[in-house]
Amino acid sequence: MTQQHIRVLLAKPGLDGHDQGAKIVVRAMMDAGFEVIYTGLRQTPEAVARIALEEDVDVIALSSMAGSHLPFCGKLKPLLEANGLGDKLWLIGGNLPAQDHAALRALGFKGIFPSGSRLDAITDFIRAHVGSAS
Amino acid sequence: MNAPAKPEIATVINESGIEVKPLYTSEDVEKSGGYQQVGLPGEYPFTRGIHRLMYRKQPWTMRQYAGFGNPRESNQRFKYLIANGQTGLNVAFDLPTQIGLDSDDPLASGEIGRVGMSIDTLRDFEIAFDGIDLDQITVSLTINGAAAILIAMYLAMAEKRGYDVKRLRGTAQNDILKEFIGRGTWIFPVEPSIRLVGDTIEYCAQHAPKYSPVSVCGYHIRESGATPAQEMAYAFCIARAYADEVIRRGLSIDEFAGRLSYNFNIFGNIFEQVSKFRAGRSLWARIMKEEYGAEKPGSMWLRMIAAGGGGGLTFEQPELNIVRGAYYALISALSGTQTMALCSYDEAYTIPTEYSARISLRTMQILSDEMGLAETVDPLAGSYYVETMTNQMRDKMVEIMAETDAQGGIVKLVSEGVIQAKVSAQAYRMHRDIESGAFPKVGVNRYRNEQDDEHPVEFHAYREEDARLQIDSLNKVRAERDGDAVARCLAQVGSDARAGANVMPAIVAAVKAYASVGEITERLVQVYGRYREPIRF
Repeated sequence: MTQQHIRVLLAKPGLDGHDQGAKIVVRAMMDAGFEVIYTGLRQTPEAVARIALEEDVDVIALSSMAGSHLPFCGKLKPLLEANGLGDKLWLIGGNLPAQDHAALRALGFKGIFPSGSRLDAITDFIRAHVGSAS
Repeated sequence: MNAPAKPEIATVINESGIEVKPLYTSEDVEKSGGYQQVGLPGEYPFTRGIHRLMYRKQPWTMRQYAGFGNPRESNQRFKYLIANGQTGLNVAFDLPTQIGLDSDDPLASGEIGRVGMSIDTLRDFEIAFDGIDLDQITVSLTINGAAAILIAMYLAMAEKRGYDVKRLRGTAQNDILKEFIGRGTWIFPVEPSIRLVGDTIEYCAQHAPKYSPVSVCGYHIRESGATPAQEMAYAFCIARAYADEVIRRGLSIDEFAGRLSYNFNIFGNIFEQVSKFRAGRSLWARIMKEEYGAEKPGSMWLRMIAAGGGGGLTFEQPELNIVRGAYYALISALSGTQTMALCSYDEAYTIPTEYSARISLRTMQILSDEMGLAETVDPLAGSYYVETMTNQMRDKMVEIMAETDAQGGIVKLVSEGVIQAKVSAQAYRMHRDIESGAFPKVGVNRYRNEQDDEHPVEFHAYREEDARLQIDSLNKVRAERDGDAVARCLAQVGSDARAGANVMPAIVAAVKAYASVGEITERLVQVYGRYREPIRF
């Protein structure tokens, strides 16, 4: 798979309105040559799963700043799996306490990018894992 | 050690795009427009301050952002802050409250009380402010999308406790246009959202004339990537949009402009920031006087909170944020603000603890009590550098406002997502510049201590039990209230909204009948619809 065909869904889960970081990551992914579908604010787990399916994305990425990442991801995981999206690359970034990282990994999030992560680390990770993983 | 080598003399351009010279003389002041706008504090155009004696007469109000969990917990935190010498309250609400959802709404699940206080009905307000003297403490409500409802609740709560609403002071943020640019707690589409802001300004002008119904926020626009000059210019464009809405209803500018206030950010270059505030004060006075024909000096005052600085804080070596916070507070004091608040050092990754919030409060107290910042008005006036920069910042803001108007005005540009795309592109460039080291950030792209980078990111533990208690309390209110009265009041909210009448009287009646935030919001959504975010890059 060539990198210009990498399709990424970047979603803002829950009610949190802090989208500056998400929009920065969208631009970094666009500059890296990915096709990015940005959902805008206030997505439910159901909406994330539906858009991911409809848009046939390779990567499902969430940006969470206000602390509700664990309950949200807990609801999202079975929905993604039920929609046959279990083999896609799941990422999450934002305000993510270190003690939650193991739980997020256990939920199936392969890439965890707490605030302060370098943009290239995110895009390099996607390049390294899409194609080889699927 | 790993600081980059500097060439002999490099060109320096500040964030607002103005060149910074190595030396300023009186000639620079003259070339930039001279001293004619400097004047005296308390006199038009108010460059040096809106009052004659400023802090010598009354130090700035210190008002840290606080409020979390249920109303009872928030009440305890408020009392703690007051006991520690804080002179105002800046109330944080949880996300469901901010976007008009009741605690039992399925979308509120997992969010109740998480980032602020949860409010469903007037009962919660009664608990949250129990035992707090509303004449002694100014209360600022950080609420936007649902502001009309929460202002109504605050006024109703005060009235119930026997305060004269005509004399009641306080502030609501209630700046919806900036929510579309950053922060994101919008509910209704742009047009009816502006109408609602107009309703609150009109209602307060008539019924609660000492209450400040709107605090126009450059702050969050700056956090979203705007330069300091854009921050203030866009805020002025937004304030004009609200003023135009109210004037359209037949009020004169002097009937309401005196209660408009502002919220600005304080991180960045000290001299650029101080110049921004001095320039902004004179520009706003000129806009009010010359463009709107204001006659009362109070209508021309740029009353403000200069606060926060969150965008300047770092995850790396977070204790350095205490030092940054002290400089930001210095900027705020030198700016001639009416109110000050500081982001706490841990705010880059969590809701501040009592400990870190106290450090912020003490930082401001050190400035006022120990360092002489409250003794003399506008101490940087007359500096060749600051006076030149003040003139240049003012010109820059005028240029940005003219450009915004030429492109169709702020309402159109926000509706179409143009401003959002512009500031987020700037935020992206700034982020890349920080990553590359082109924009210096101590502890991040220089003087980095890799071994110190481990720091605990923590949130207040989310307690399902608290969420359940809040829902129980809502159900109890629903069971006890007069259901017929609530239904009548809600029907009135809907019919007034449909008729295009001011909805505030109907909302005030509804909250007094203990209608909930979610019920009132839903009625308005039936008429106004919901905002759909334009996605634009």
